[in-house]
Amino acid sequence: MKYESVIGIETHVELATDSKMFCGCPVRFGADPNTNVCPVCLGLPGALPVTNEKAIEWIVAIGLALECDIAHRSQFHRKNYFYADQPKNYQISQYDVPVCSGGALEIETGGRPTRVRINRVHMEEDTGKMIHVGGGGRIKDADHSLVDFNRAGVPLVEIVTEPDLSTPQQARAFAQELHSIVLTLGVSDAKLEEGSMRFDANVSLRPSGSEDLGTKVEVKNMNSFRSLERALTYEIERQTAVLAAGDRIIQETRHWDEGAGVTEGMRSKEESSDYRYFPEPDLVPVEVDETWREDIRRRIPELPAARRVRYAAQGLDPDSIAVLSGGGSALTGLFEDAVAAGADPKVIANWLLGEVTAYLRRETVDLSETALTGEHLRDLERLYAAGDLSSTAAKQVLAGVLAGEGNPGEVAEARDLIQISDAGALSAQIDQVLADHPEEYQRLRDGDAKVIGYLVGQVMRITGGKADPKVVSGLLQEKAEA
Amino acid sequence: MSSPVDLTLAGAAAALRDGQLSARELLEATLDRAVLTEAELHAYLTIDHQGARAAAAAADEAIARGDHTGPLHGIPVAVKDNMVTAGLETTAGSQILAGYVPPYDATAVAALRSAGAVIVGKSNLDEFAMGSSTENSGYGPSANPWDTGRVPGGSSGGSAAAVAAGSAQVALGSDTGGSIRQPASLCGLVGMKPTYGLVSRYGLIAFASSLDQIGPIARTVEDAVTTLEVIAGHDPLDATSYRGAYPDYRSSLGRGVDGVRIGVVSELAGEGIHPDVLSAFRSAVDALADTGAIISEVSLPSMEYALSAYYLIAPAECSANLARFDGVRYGLRVDGATVEEMTARTRAEGFGPEVARRVLLGTYALSAGYYEAFYGQAQKVRTLVIQDFTRAYAHVDVLVSPTSPMTAFEFGSRTADPLSMYLVDVCTIPSNLAGGPGISVPIDLDTSNLPIGFQVMAPPLGEETLFRVAAEVERVTAWNDRRPPLVEARS
Repeated sequence: MKYESVIGIETHVELATDSKMFCGCPVRFGADPNTNVCPVCLGLPGALPVTNEKAIEWIVAIGLALECDIAHRSQFHRKNYFYADQPKNYQISQYDVPVCSGGALEIETGGRPTRVRINRVHMEEDTGKMIHVGGGGRIKDADHSLVDFNRAGVPLVEIVTEPDLSTPQQARAFAQELHSIVLTLGVSDAKLEEGSMRFDANVSLRPSGSEDLGTKVEVKNMNSFRSLERALTYEIERQTAVLAAGDRIIQETRHWDEGAGVTEGMRSKEESSDYRYFPEPDLVPVEVDETWREDIRRRIPELPAARRVRYAAQGLDPDSIAVLSGGGSALTGLFEDAVAAGADPKVIANWLLGEVTAYLRRETVDLSETALTGEHLRDLERLYAAGDLSSTAAKQVLAGVLAGEGNPGEVAEARDLIQISDAGALSAQIDQVLADHPEEYQRLRDGDAKVIGYLVGQVMRITGGKADPKVVSGLLQEKAEA
Repeated sequence: MSSPVDLTLAGAAAALRDGQLSARELLEATLDRAVLTEAELHAYLTIDHQGARAAAAAADEAIARGDHTGPLHGIPVAVKDNMVTAGLETTAGSQILAGYVPPYDATAVAALRSAGAVIVGKSNLDEFAMGSSTENSGYGPSANPWDTGRVPGGSSGGSAAAVAAGSAQVALGSDTGGSIRQPASLCGLVGMKPTYGLVSRYGLIAFASSLDQIGPIARTVEDAVTTLEVIAGHDPLDATSYRGAYPDYRSSLGRGVDGVRIGVVSELAGEGIHPDVLSAFRSAVDALADTGAIISEVSLPSMEYALSAYYLIAPAECSANLARFDGVRYGLRVDGATVEEMTARTRAEGFGPEVARRVLLGTYALSAGYYEAFYGQAQKVRTLVIQDFTRAYAHVDVLVSPTSPMTAFEFGSRTADPLSMYLVDVCTIPSNLAGGPGISVPIDLDTSNLPIGFQVMAPPLGEETLFRVAAEVERVTAWNDRRPPLVEARS
């Protein structure tokens, strides 16, 4: 029998708000253990949560970006389960009425679009982190465990899709698109390797063409887009083999082992959890009225999909479009500034992805550490378009601007890179070259077009590279015909 | 009066202001009283001699400078031990928190301090405020100053015993189903549960979050008003804290009840109420009628189910609220081979039987397959109770009933049958479910010389009318001079 796979994705996004979800502690990655904590996020007796309004604003932005309905009134529930990294032994989460529900996100794989329905987007709090000491760092064999509560109470958004994906490639494309949206909205660092954005996948198989859903398996612990795709590919193969052998799929949670390239079953104990959800009595309902919602909507930046369409219309190549629309690149802002100031999008994109990117990598600096502005790029592009700078000289000027030597005009001046394109100013040097190379001059006069390149090169040499090669070439043609 | 501790708060505050009494003298008299009574009463779990003496000294220095911090300046106050106090052990009456020293003050405690209060110590309670007698305290019960063979009521029994005995001028209690009003009633005091949200719950160790409310236990209605005005107010740290205006409650005092419509709750003033209690209650109602109140009988049919609903909602919330006591971060830890084992052992050893019972009951009521039948149904009943009250308040300004169906009972007389203990709260639970304020005012003694309390209930934020009626109850029944025999004997 032939099977097809059915995939749904659950995404967790840690919001990069200034403070935690229900207290005033800072949200900061990498601090010393248990330094960003207070009575509330440590679950001390008597402490009470208060909702972070910024987090609500940001989850609404995510919901709107995913075409969701935003509940006028939603509520928090307590999700009860004991775990040492959870200070209250319940997680404040949402249950029957999430902030956002019923959206969709369109993705593209192999030139074919897929509309992935979003079931819900809800707000919750993150847990602390366990550090298992001894026994290879696994809880099972550990000598003892330590808990760091810095992450406890960090705002966490959970985005749940319908099972609308059918291949690992689609799952990866979905994850990447969602990642771009989150970055574009600026609501999270969305670093997969640090866990500030995490993807879990539910995958099941069913006979091709069937409408029923098979037994699903949840796969966790993928910390890159590639491992998401690999884990799903593996899991689909595993399930196919199980079914082919006539066995049944067990509903379970499986852990992706990146090194071994396999998924492994986790303790089945977790499967029987009854979370005993009930409305959180310490919090009032979350109210998002139309005015607030529309205000948030107005402040949503242009999303990746719309950006891609616009960039394509501006003539950008696919690589530039991918980088500049991804939401994660600092180059995008500079690009937009330069184009808004009147520069040619294609030239700017080429410079940003070429020279600028290479410079940043070479010097290991961030764009924000350089002096480069959109206006600089516009000015540079004007000098280039006017023929005052050769393509090579323009790149040298760009490096100078990045290094903080001044604006493009100043750098070009200081480095003496302004190109000579005035015919009168060049004719003396051309005559000099022709006089020095009588043999080649004769060949030129005889109509040997191949020799022009050589002669242009000689002119460039004696002008120190400042001559405009196009103008030189034109003048040489005139001499040949004279 | 042989000791300044037997003054009312108002009287002591006046004496302090006029320089006739120093905060230190008042505190030492209070500590002396505690020395005389604590062996029998066990009202306190912790007496903070050092902290209280420092606070009293500071209060005197301030007075010498001409600084009068607030209405509780120099007044000795007892704080129920389920409110956290920075640097002072707080146990909630549970062995699971033995030795726990909180790093912060509850908002209500901070308010006491800013008003100049001298915190004498932490008063005893039923473990995590679950009980009606203090017999569930993990540190042994408190006794009633009116008869030390009887309970002071609960769960704020230590607070009530201290105020009645004079080892505090006023006290803070917390009331989830009657835990302020019932012990006040049993100890011959005024005990008041404010409207839900009026006093911040930040720093109150939660029992049932949607029902818990901090309030005063005092010797007079005026003293309760003074204390409430100190602790009430919006708190940004409590999301359920009331954000509107907080009126001046004092102006309600002494206005009489002429034309005030008072409804007697039929369901709470008949069957199940001890005859002595009922007859004292009826006499007080008659006295109110004599001074111009318009009395009517009001039926609240859902009262019949309120107790059952309460005993599902409160345990359900407590099952989650008490989950944090796991041995990981603070309090008792009993080691085990795994984290799960450590947590299970810590909780098995640290919680007393009544707390364990309610955690189990609540866990069950929230379980998959039972949620709708138990917790869901209880919430529906809660809605019906609220609707009953709303309908009633369309016709009357306040509702009245006895506070407790019986006066103080003997130790051990109800511990064998939890249900008989639960029935003690039948008159007080409805206002917790509905969220409105309730107050108990002492009106008389029964044939065994035990105090009887009169309950006034008002709609949410109806404190002004509540105090107006309560003050009149106090006036017409002329209770003020009565002191418990223990105080008479020891002072």
